[in-house]
Amino acid sequence: MKQKEASHLVSPAAQPSLLKATLAIVQKDLVAEFRSFELISAMLVFSLLVIIIFNFALELDIKTRQSVTAGVLWTTFAFAGTLGLNRSMSVEKDRGCMDGLLLAPVDRSSIYFGKAISNLAFMLIVEAVVLPVYSLLYNVNLFRFDLIGVILLGSIGYTAVGTLLSTMSAQTRTREILLPILLFPVAIPVLLASVKASGGLLVGAEFAEILAPLNILIVYDVIFIAVAFMVFDYVVEE
Amino acid sequence: MIEVKKLVKRFGLKTILRGLDFSVEPGEFVALLGPNGAGKTTFLRILATLSRPSLGSVHVAGHSLPNEAAQVRAKLGVVSHMPLLYPDLTAEENLRFYGRMYGIGNMETRITDVLEMVGLEPRRKDLVRTFSRGMQQRLAIGRAVIHDPEVMLFDEPYTGLDQDASEMLDDVLRSVAADGRTVVMTSHDLARAEDIATRFDILSRGVITASTTRKQLKKTNLLGFYKQALAD
Repeated sequence: MKQKEASHLVSPAAQPSLLKATLAIVQKDLVAEFRSFELISAMLVFSLLVIIIFNFALELDIKTRQSVTAGVLWTTFAFAGTLGLNRSMSVEKDRGCMDGLLLAPVDRSSIYFGKAISNLAFMLIVEAVVLPVYSLLYNVNLFRFDLIGVILLGSIGYTAVGTLLSTMSAQTRTREILLPILLFPVAIPVLLASVKASGGLLVGAEFAEILAPLNILIVYDVIFIAVAFMVFDYVVEE
Repeated sequence: MIEVKKLVKRFGLKTILRGLDFSVEPGEFVALLGPNGAGKTTFLRILATLSRPSLGSVHVAGHSLPNEAAQVRAKLGVVSHMPLLYPDLTAEENLRFYGRMYGIGNMETRITDVLEMVGLEPRRKDLVRTFSRGMQQRLAIGRAVIHDPEVMLFDEPYTGLDQDASEMLDDVLRSVAADGRTVVMTSHDLARAEDIATRFDILSRGVITASTTRKQLKKTNLLGFYKQALAD
């Protein structure tokens, strides 16, 4: 090994910024996942099963289908999202890689942001497949920018709080059960607001009716991203 | 390089480290021996900034823990019994990822140097999940030295390795130590450590109960102390 050239490889000035470290983690997660498709395939199969079961279980006329669409969609996204969150953190914890991330001389918030962005990407990929399948099965048009905007805001909120809680639950043996128990009560505001906003858009409600749940979504996203940024260090420390 | 005074670590009501005093000079290779449950991994995790001390003072590479943990991490390389590698990434991709997390310059040159050092250059494009346990552990050492740390911590690095893989790991550890780094290695295996370490400490029930240098090893009844620690 060339010791002289290798010396002083890392100086305080060279330590990566929050953004660079975050992007490194996101790239790592995306490359690994697109090679194995373990996580996305599990989420996708689960999601498609849920909407197919709902399709058979709820034999509805077209008007009623529109009114239940938001609820069915967000039930699917919430459960599939939880599955993805659990698996995403389990990969880091079970192979000890979380220690590898914690050993790096970076702001530990970059680990949170990197994992949250990766989890959001996986959730959005699954939603992008579920939406056209749902549209086909239920004969409901879901290809609207406003609806996609609401789905994006809801997904951001869900993964923001879900990533924080999955980091906590990943350190326990009962993580598969513990994460939904922790997550669903905390995620109620984002889920209810998402259902309300999505449902309002689908039935053609007035903008004033949709504004309140939309505001809740935006405020929730901002608050929980800020909270996670502040507490993540304490969550991961022994 | 490492200075620990009256270190206490508790998990709830259970005290693992009980006022531990420990110091390592620059360039020393210390083998920290002890039975299961003695506190070796707990101690190493504190030095590695992965765990916070309950009481006591810890200084690593001139920085105090836990307040200056980020500065310590930049100077620290850690190898545990788990390789901390991503199985769905190649050897090269794993090193590149950690290189980015440590902000190293001359990335491609450094990756090649490290892979050559650990004897894995021919396998650089192979997924880590296709590696044997021994190869993963060698790559883990590569991961730990990619940023050329001053201090190396090894936690039971021989776990799960067969004889051939252990001998390969010996060679890599010798080259790591020969570069003048300060090393602390925990192990059950006194015989394996004897060939490499310059100092041997025994940790039992949360404190250091015996310490000797390689020169003094034959005069000191270290094996007797170790057997006593195992029996306690």
